[in-house]
Amino acid sequence: MKNKVTSVYMVGVGGQGIIRASDILCEVIMRSGLDVKKSEVHGMAQRGGSVTSHVRFGKKVYSPLAPKGGVDILVAFERLEVLRYLVYVKPDGRVILSELELYPPAVNLGAAAYPERVAETVRKRVSDVKEVNATRIAVDAGNIKAENTALLGVLSTYLDIDEKIWNEVLQEAFPPKVLEANLKAFAAGRAA
Amino acid sequence: MKVLMSGNEAIARGAYEHGVRFAAGYPGTPSTEIMEAYAQYEGVYAEWSPNEKVALEAAIGAAVAGEKAMAVMKHVGVNVAADPLFTASYTGTNRALVLISADDPSMHSSQNEQDNRNYAKFAKVPMLEPSDSQEAKAFIKIAFDLSEQFDTPVMLRTTTRVAHSKSIVTLEEPGVFEDKTAVQTNASKYVMVPGNSRVRRQLVEKRTAALKEFAEKFEENRIEMKSKEVGIITSGMPYNYAKDAFPEYSFLKLGMVYPLPEKLIRKFAGKVKKLYVVEELDPFLEEQIKAMGIEVTGKAILPFSNELDPGIVKNAISGCSSNDIPAAPEVPPRPPNLCPGCPHRGVFYVLGKLGAFLSGDIGCYTLAYMKPLEGLHSTVCMGASVSMAHGMSKALKDKGKGKVVAVIGDSTFVHSGMTPLLNMAYNGSDAVVVICDNSTTAMTGMQEHPATGYTLQGQPAKKLDFVALSKVFGIENVQVVDPYDLKQIRKVMKEELANAGPSVVIAESPCVLFRRANPVIGKPFRVDPDKCNGCKLCLGLNCSPISWRPFAKMAEGTYRKKTKNQEGIAVIDSLYCTGCTLCQQLCKAGAIVEEE
Repeated sequence: MKNKVTSVYMVGVGGQGIIRASDILCEVIMRSGLDVKKSEVHGMAQRGGSVTSHVRFGKKVYSPLAPKGGVDILVAFERLEVLRYLVYVKPDGRVILSELELYPPAVNLGAAAYPERVAETVRKRVSDVKEVNATRIAVDAGNIKAENTALLGVLSTYLDIDEKIWNEVLQEAFPPKVLEANLKAFAAGRAA
Repeated sequence: MKVLMSGNEAIARGAYEHGVRFAAGYPGTPSTEIMEAYAQYEGVYAEWSPNEKVALEAAIGAAVAGEKAMAVMKHVGVNVAADPLFTASYTGTNRALVLISADDPSMHSSQNEQDNRNYAKFAKVPMLEPSDSQEAKAFIKIAFDLSEQFDTPVMLRTTTRVAHSKSIVTLEEPGVFEDKTAVQTNASKYVMVPGNSRVRRQLVEKRTAALKEFAEKFEENRIEMKSKEVGIITSGMPYNYAKDAFPEYSFLKLGMVYPLPEKLIRKFAGKVKKLYVVEELDPFLEEQIKAMGIEVTGKAILPFSNELDPGIVKNAISGCSSNDIPAAPEVPPRPPNLCPGCPHRGVFYVLGKLGAFLSGDIGCYTLAYMKPLEGLHSTVCMGASVSMAHGMSKALKDKGKGKVVAVIGDSTFVHSGMTPLLNMAYNGSDAVVVICDNSTTAMTGMQEHPATGYTLQGQPAKKLDFVALSKVFGIENVQVVDPYDLKQIRKVMKEELANAGPSVVIAESPCVLFRRANPVIGKPFRVDPDKCNGCKLCLGLNCSPISWRPFAKMAEGTYRKKTKNQEGIAVIDSLYCTGCTLCQQLCKAGAIVEEE
């Protein structure tokens, strides 16, 4: 059997819970019985900079990094960040795009413009683009920080993994205080 | 049991399973989590030392006393620890000593990209290089065994992608612990005066020869034979990239990158028609293999700089161009920034406007060099801010009066700032040293150090007093300021720049993210749009919750111009504002008010 490796790439801004989300995804994949590797960069990236996390899984995974043009599913936690990493997506890959806009310093200071019609630009390259108002889902679920779980919910519908494993890992991942909001956000993401 | 672990966590786990009871290190990306994870295990001693030299020397002492000891640092930390390393290679280690060097190809969080495999060759010590977390856990054990067997320090090298990638690891129970510690002396082995060193030097050559023989049979130097057309020699993370790109090719995977198994390499080279070396950074393997007279292709097609990935390896060897993938539209950069409420921001806002040379250092505050703060003009290495300011003040003489400032964080100061400060007092500098004391090693994620009052394992500790220390060194002008009080910082800096002789100014307030130290967090602010006159002074702080909203993008009638030329207003995102008051102090219109 050919060793098919699936690559997920999560991209966004420091503080959005990207590393947490990719940790949860990895745990879910491992429990489903597959090999999995993930990679991200700590340090400088945390301070409001661009943050990314690669997750790759299959029967046997060597590289934790996907090559440019090798990502099956790009999950953008922030709207313009999708453009920065679009070059990684396979032509027949998929994009999950949060509608949230966070202005980089140059835009904040009025020195650069926030790109317009982002989804349109993405669609010129990748036909399967799912736009999600993750902030709305998180707020409705009762915790604005649950954006990452909402996006995991959307992502889960693209992966062939038993919902039971997702729930089991989510139950363990969050303290009781925020668990309910995260479970709600995940379910709403799945339904979105 | 199978768990997901980063390379760093796996190294810590491996050391614990193998009965390693002593570790010392200094935090540095991408090595920091090794010590943090190791410190949690039962029965171990783990410390943050003031710097890497102290850490390695402490580990040498522990090994000589009969312990299995580990010294942990990032690649540039090994520069600081190089002095003991080169001579510990001669003395040998008695029990076991492993030095972990975490390299950072692509400089994700470093000032340079040095390839520390060169240190193994330079210091004549063996080096192992794992390629994932499972190997990291296995290799740390092998490293300790090799150290004990060959009486040598052993280096274990990781790179960012090994250290910070997670993969599946099978946990084992720790082995039976054997206490071999004892007070024992062997002066001819450990007193490196020339007469003894000359003897040890010859033993180092014999040891290297024995290690070469070991390398020939070492099972982690392994041939994976497939195609007879193409063979790839590689190690560490690049092995994964090459395997991913060319599963059909044959591989010689080197678990030990120094010394090399020459016979094994010849054997592999003889089995394939075309031979490549796939390695990041320096042509370390390639040059040695070429020196064996073996024809091999490496840096002729692969880059000398930055990390590789499967695509780069694939394109290089198959001769394709990465230009086949159309470029995406350019987007504004998103560099890391000082956090909202960061106690460094106000200090650098003032410093940037002094018209002085700001000799900087390593830490979060290095980010203040960017526009619009521009509060830093040089960063070389840990502690260099103070020594460089001294040299500059001596070179500039009168021209430098009131124009030379060094800026350094608390952890960096303890690491390498104390000796140069002593030098400033001793040799009579005319510069001001600003210690930005945020009570932690913030850049690497809140690690303790000798001025925080706690140890790595959470015990209360002696707390270094920067004021008393400066005075003891002979610095007469020492002042403490509140980094959230712009007027006070400005006043004190002007005073100290006017003073003759060296001065120390300590800007003291905890990192805003460091909850244990009770950081200053107040009610969030907002901008009163009816008062904001669009002067943009607050934007000069480069605080991410503050943004500019041009009238051109607002609906007619939703705004009111206060001056004829006003083009917009500032807005504060209260969700992220910590109420540090800096912007309020700058606002002459009184438009920045507490959120109700």
